[in-house]
Amino acid sequence: MAGFGTSIGRPIYGRGPSPGLRFTVYAVLSLTLMNLDQRAQWSQRIRYGLEAAAYPVQVAVNSPLAAWHWMTDSFSTRSTLTKQNTELRDQVQQLQIAVLRQQALEQENSQLRELHAALPPLIKKWMVAEVIGVDSGMLRQRLIINKGKHHGVELNEPVIDATGILGQVAHIGPWSSEVILITDPEHAIPVQVARTGLRTIAVGAGNTDELLLPYLAANSDVKSGDLLTSSGLGGVFPAGYPVGRITGVRREANQLLAQVRAAPQAKVDRTREVMLIEFDPANPAAPPAPEILAEASAPPPPVNAAANANADEDASAPRAKPKAKEKDKGKSKP
Amino acid sequence: MISRETLPVILLTSIVALVLSILPLPGWLPVIRPAFLVLTVLYWSTMAPFVAGMALGFFGGLALDVFQGSLLGEHALALSFLTYLALRLNLLTRAKPIFEQSLYVLVALLAYELVLWLIDGWTGRSLSSPLRWVHTLVGALLWPVVVGVLGRFHTAR
Repeated sequence: MAGFGTSIGRPIYGRGPSPGLRFTVYAVLSLTLMNLDQRAQWSQRIRYGLEAAAYPVQVAVNSPLAAWHWMTDSFSTRSTLTKQNTELRDQVQQLQIAVLRQQALEQENSQLRELHAALPPLIKKWMVAEVIGVDSGMLRQRLIINKGKHHGVELNEPVIDATGILGQVAHIGPWSSEVILITDPEHAIPVQVARTGLRTIAVGAGNTDELLLPYLAANSDVKSGDLLTSSGLGGVFPAGYPVGRITGVRREANQLLAQVRAAPQAKVDRTREVMLIEFDPANPAAPPAPEILAEASAPPPPVNAAANANADEDASAPRAKPKAKEKDKGKSKP
Repeated sequence: MISRETLPVILLTSIVALVLSILPLPGWLPVIRPAFLVLTVLYWSTMAPFVAGMALGFFGGLALDVFQGSLLGEHALALSFLTYLALRLNLLTRAKPIFEQSLYVLVALLAYELVLWLIDGWTGRSLSSPLRWVHTLVGALLWPVVVGVLGRFHTAR
């Protein structure tokens, strides 16, 4: 009986340090890792190395699915192939017509902007990547793709499919990278309602067929069926790409904000191939480069004061300053 | 007591469990998927506490972090905590009837998920849904199966 109490704390046949000590060591180690991963930059390198080690396993885990797709592709019948072929031909013709129209529009656009040379192409570089893993966590919406740093993938590069925006690159490994989808609850994308030009933010809901628009006032002009396109703000996504379509608007009398839901336009849960795109910053539709954004937000006090002055027309005190400036300008002019 | 010769078996079953944990599943299956690796680590650290120690828990958790893309060290901490509990209490739990063991497993899995939940909350990493607790119940119900399957890999108890 007397030995019972000690045997729990210190096993009789044990060797090495006690479980408590070992747990303390491992706990400190994990806490350090967490701290580094949350704050420091160089932990990205640890993650990079670990992701390199994980790549073969990811490929292996995905191989049954890949084998199934390969099987169905290679054993599909002649009739389905012919049908697919005619469909693709139709699609190519339609796209060719659209491209002709687009070239004319681009020329017209550059004339309207009084540019002598044609605008540079919006997309500087694009790359097709294959999905090799789906993060199956409950709320997490991530994809693992088979292109990494060695293929020239960069952090925050937009990822699209043929129908719309899918997400952006969140982590890079040497041969693979992780894409955070627009439906992930940790992701928010600046959007614009195509019909009215209203700007807002779409946040992921944690499942593959839903986006939430939590920042729309109850009286804002949105209705079911409206197309959402990327607004080009935020510096990651270019303007004008389809993001989703509004599926439901709920307005309640006692709520200031409307409850708006949308469905993503891209085939978030069915896509096997995605496209990574890099934009030419010289094109006006491209997202502004991070340096420009940093410059714009660098001197906050005067900018904010001016913005407030313009927005608040009732406040007389802030308005006095711009007037004074104008007077000064007037004086300095001869 | 289990000798050191079971070490390859322990590593192999842990790798299989890891693959089962990260295998992409469609629809609602991820919600009810038990934490295979956690159950395996729990089994080995209860039955072979001096072969599969806390190192298995720590590195298994680190592997989960890498593959699931969570905060590095999050699952590692939770799983080493679980191994610590198992090592401290294995004399108490391993001789109990299997259904009573299931109850202990439920408590252990709840503690594991609680650690993850707290870390998620503190770091503001992700929203949580009540569905994240479902796997603890599934795991506890599955414990007799885990004992049946993994018990075949070693003879002595």
